[in-house]
Amino acid sequence: MNQKRKIRILVAKPGLDGHDRGARIIARTYRDAGFEVVYSGLHQTPEEVVQAAIQEDVDMIGLSSLAGAHMYLFPRVVELLHEKGADDIVVCGGGIFPEEDIPKLKKAGIKELFTPGTPLDKVVKWVEENVKPRG
Amino acid sequence: MDIAEKIISGDIRSVARLIRDIDDNVPGSREVLKDLYPSTGKAYVVGITGSPGVGKSTLVDQMVTHLRADGKTVGVLAVDPTSPFSGGAILGDRVRMQRHSMDEGVFIRSMATRGYFGGITQSTRSAIDVLDAMGKDCIIVETVGVGQDEIDIVQSADTTIIVLVPGMGDDVQALKAGILEIGNIFVINKADREGADRTVNDIRLMIEMDEKRYKDGWKPPILTAQAVFDKGIIEILDEIDKHRKHLESSAKIQSMRKYEKVRNDLSEMIKDKIIRDVFDEIINSGEFETTLQSIIKGETDPYTACDTIVSKKLKKGAA
Ligand SMILES: Nc1nc2c(ncn2[C@@H]2O[C@H](COP(=O)(O)OP(=O)(O)OP(=O)(O)O)[C@@H](O)[C@H]2O)c(=O)[nH]1
Ligand SMILES: [Mg+2]
Repeated sequence: MNQKRKIRILVAKPGLDGHDRGARIIARTYRDAGFEVVYSGLHQTPEEVVQAAIQEDVDMIGLSSLAGAHMYLFPRVVELLHEKGADDIVVCGGGIFPEEDIPKLKKAGIKELFTPGTPLDKVVKWVEENVKPRG
Repeated sequence: MDIAEKIISGDIRSVARLIRDIDDNVPGSREVLKDLYPSTGKAYVVGITGSPGVGKSTLVDQMVTHLRADGKTVGVLAVDPTSPFSGGAILGDRVRMQRHSMDEGVFIRSMATRGYFGGITQSTRSAIDVLDAMGKDCIIVETVGVGQDEIDIVQSADTTIIVLVPGMGDDVQALKAGILEIGNIFVINKADREGADRTVNDIRLMIEMDEKRYKDGWKPPILTAQAVFDKGIIEILDEIDKHRKHLESSAKIQSMRKYEKVRNDLSEMIKDKIIRDVFDEIINSGEFETTLQSIIKGETDPYTACDTIVSKKLKKGAA
């Protein structure tokens, strides 16, 4: 039988800040790389993000953030995944954050962080190398 | 508990995972579907289709709210097309339904068509079975209607709703053959915009010109709605109920529908299996490539090559 595991990614933007242009760009980039992207929009709580990730059975969550609350929101998502026994879902972040936050976020379980300076093909390559469709 | 038992007991992770395995064509998933089949057939399936952007997801979101207020549990399958270029997809319907994600009585799943034919794929049909077996009272399937896809949904849905927007009367004329055949309910959404009444009339006219189609006694109602403002939703749900009662009112309709459904499910399943097990294997085989080269070099013709490859494959049998 032909088996084609496809990488599924949830792109979400927790928190209250503004627009979702960045999230949309990354969603399109992932689609063009052959991934299935579930886009769940703006203003979500970490609880909602995790619930969506579980219902959609994604391999990775890409969190997008522009201002501020990432130090709370991102680790909270990791924590909730752990509570649900879904630690196998890789969590990444994208957006604008102070340099010094990056090691802290990584320590909190965010696997990788992308900033506006990261070339999109690098992001795709990272996903291909680090996210395996779960089987 | 085995996987099937977990699903029947409503375990969300098992449900989510099985749908994934079905989509990825993992052999074991078929075995689970076999075990689940006796537990299916209880949910009421509503199909919602229409052109891109007419407000299908917004409608679904509102319908879910009302169904939940009635105490019904709901499953939503939102199907979007796979990009033919990359094989990837953006599944964006969830954005409109996000407020239900914390509600245990609602399960929402986005699916990509992943190629092959039409909007309702075998995976979607199987996913309906899974949500049915997990005990959802109502399953709503959203597909983007482009020609064939709209027709596909009918076979899997008990009630099919076609969503249009004001000013689409002319398009309907063009789509007539497909669209009017399949709608059990027509909804003109975005009725806050100009021209809703005219579109209602246009469609009514087309339906009335074709009376003979309604010999089973159901004449499709045409409703207006403003999904973003939660207007007209209760009326839609009422019509779904009426249609359901209509279907259940006569043993003849029921047995005819059952026959049609089983016939369609089985023939689609066979088609799907042949494509996956036979077609895909041929296309991905080395022999296919060498045959292409021989045709290009003029050593054989595609007619002969096709007959040879297919009869050889069929003799060997599918995996
Ligand atoms: N004016 C108006 N806008 C509406 C109405 N219902 C939905 N919309 C808007 O129409 C846009 C598309 O709505 P969706 O629900 O995403 O439409 P859809 O048919 O699911 O779209 P696709 O899944 O992309 O095909 C959104 O911006 C909605 O807010 C309505 O009744 N009136
Ligand atoms: Mg939609």
